[in-house]
Amino acid sequence: MSDAFAWLYSDVVKDHFMNPKNVFNPDEGFKADAEGLTGNVKCGDQMLFMLKIADDVIVDVRWKTYGCASAIASTSMLSEVVKGMGIKDAYNIKPDDIARRLGGLPDNKIHCSVLGDKALRAAIDDHLAKTGRAGLFRNEGARVICTCLNITDRDIEDAVKAGARDWEGLQERTKIGTVCGGCKTGAEELLHEYVHIFAD
Amino acid sequence: MKNVYMDYNATTPLHPAVAEGMKEDLSVYANASSMHEAGRRAMARVERARAQVVALVGAAADPERIVFTSGGSESNNTVFATMFHLGRRGGRRGIVTSSIEHPCVLNAAAWLRDEGFPVTFLPVDGDGKIDLDGLRAAVGPDTLLVSVMAANNEIGTIQDMRSIGAIAKAAGAYFHTDATQAVGKVPVDVEEWGADYLTLSCHKIYGPKGVGALYFRKGAPFEPLIRGGHQEHGHRAGTYNNLGILGFGTAASLAREELASYASHVGRLRARLRDGILAAIPKVRVNGHPVEVLPNTLNVSFPGAEGEAILLHLDLSGIRVSTGSACASGSLEPSHVLMATGVGPELAHGSIRFSLGRDSTDEDVDYVLSVLPPAIARLRSMSTVQA
Repeated sequence: MSDAFAWLYSDVVKDHFMNPKNVFNPDEGFKADAEGLTGNVKCGDQMLFMLKIADDVIVDVRWKTYGCASAIASTSMLSEVVKGMGIKDAYNIKPDDIARRLGGLPDNKIHCSVLGDKALRAAIDDHLAKTGRAGLFRNEGARVICTCLNITDRDIEDAVKAGARDWEGLQERTKIGTVCGGCKTGAEELLHEYVHIFAD
Repeated sequence: MKNVYMDYNATTPLHPAVAEGMKEDLSVYANASSMHEAGRRAMARVERARAQVVALVGAAADPERIVFTSGGSESNNTVFATMFHLGRRGGRRGIVTSSIEHPCVLNAAAWLRDEGFPVTFLPVDGDGKIDLDGLRAAVGPDTLLVSVMAANNEIGTIQDMRSIGAIAKAAGAYFHTDATQAVGKVPVDVEEWGADYLTLSCHKIYGPKGVGALYFRKGAPFEPLIRGGHQEHGHRAGTYNNLGILGFGTAASLAREELASYASHVGRLRARLRDGILAAIPKVRVNGHPVEVLPNTLNVSFPGAEGEAILLHLDLSGIRVSTGSACASGSLEPSHVLMATGVGPELAHGSIRFSLGRDSTDEDVDYVLSVLPPAIARLRSMSTVQA
């Protein structure tokens, strides 16, 4: 009989944690066409995605991560999912998609440990830049947060990367929430998450 | 699969003699406040336990100085609530504590700060010791309370209690120590330390959970946290927790009798574990003071590997430990204790606490030394961070 307390997460997470797929191994001579790095050691999670791309399709992938068990498992799962996928579809993968495939993760783990999608997007952006199409997917899969001013989660991410650290700083850069203000709670949650991930 | 418990600072199993005694004492159901014979018999047992508990923290101390509580958190909160009432009535209001206290002291101190009391959180050095000159500079004519833990739960560093007590006394302040982790592991003496208040917990010394005590010096102010009946001379209302208190008494007696053998047993295993880790795993850092440290506590950082991942890998191998990683804490911040020692976030995230106990064996240490090095090597090999 299986013991529900013998392991903290799902069995899928356990398998990907103990036997992760597509981990970068310096001895195998993998040559990446594009790379993306996200997160930092200060927050406890950092991920590097390395892609081999042919005709805008991800043909092979390797990754490395400094992070907790669910970070390792989610990056491993993501690496399996994106193999053979077009870069535009890959760009649209959400943390929730990965968490679902892992058989679920606690809420507090989804946003701090599922950084793989962001590292993957950074790698695809790297590929687009190298092929003269920088920023092509900028609005792919973006979710509108402030409906009054049509400000997306991607805009908030960019503002944090540009230095916004609090609500006032975010408003200064994006004007978010300056009309009806109804988006403030959700936007602040994202802001907090992105500061955690992207701020040094 | 093997089951190696190395998390004794989190809690301990019951000492077999405590468990045996508690089974027999299940029949001691009478309300110890009752006037009838059954009540008087129960009260006599409670008072015997009180004497056993006080003997553990001061051979010469009077049992009446012990108030039974629900545990260490209640004892600590009682002291801070007492200071709140004292400060509100005028006079001294300054609170001086350390930055590596248990969250219940940190949060109680933060509560007083929010209530307008001047609160100082003293820094610690790289080994987790508070600087005595810094303490001398921090106390003054307004200082009401100095509260410094005797030994740290995460890194095991033991503070110079006698000197801290003397500095508090010289400033005319009350001196409280949270001795939850020190009791039963190193000699504790309220007289020698000059403690006005001392917090003890039962479940860290192989006794039951849900019971603890607060020692308070004769004449030290005392404001009950829980008001109600006149139990504990009005210091702590609530029907006596017979079973818990009797178990506490037995656990305290045994802890006192076994202190020397305990310390040499866990101390020897700790040294073996530490030396084995240092020999088998490159680039590790042993946290805490190299000498003035609890004999059972070994805190090690493994740069390049993240603590929750290490913990869960060991857990899957049947080894139970703790980590200072943010991922395991439910917050976004790694261990406040390790951060206070200045090791930086990477070493704090990558820290593991091994805390040994009376049931730990050489085989346990051997098993950890067989599982841990490959686990660290595996996590480091897939890490973006170079060790």
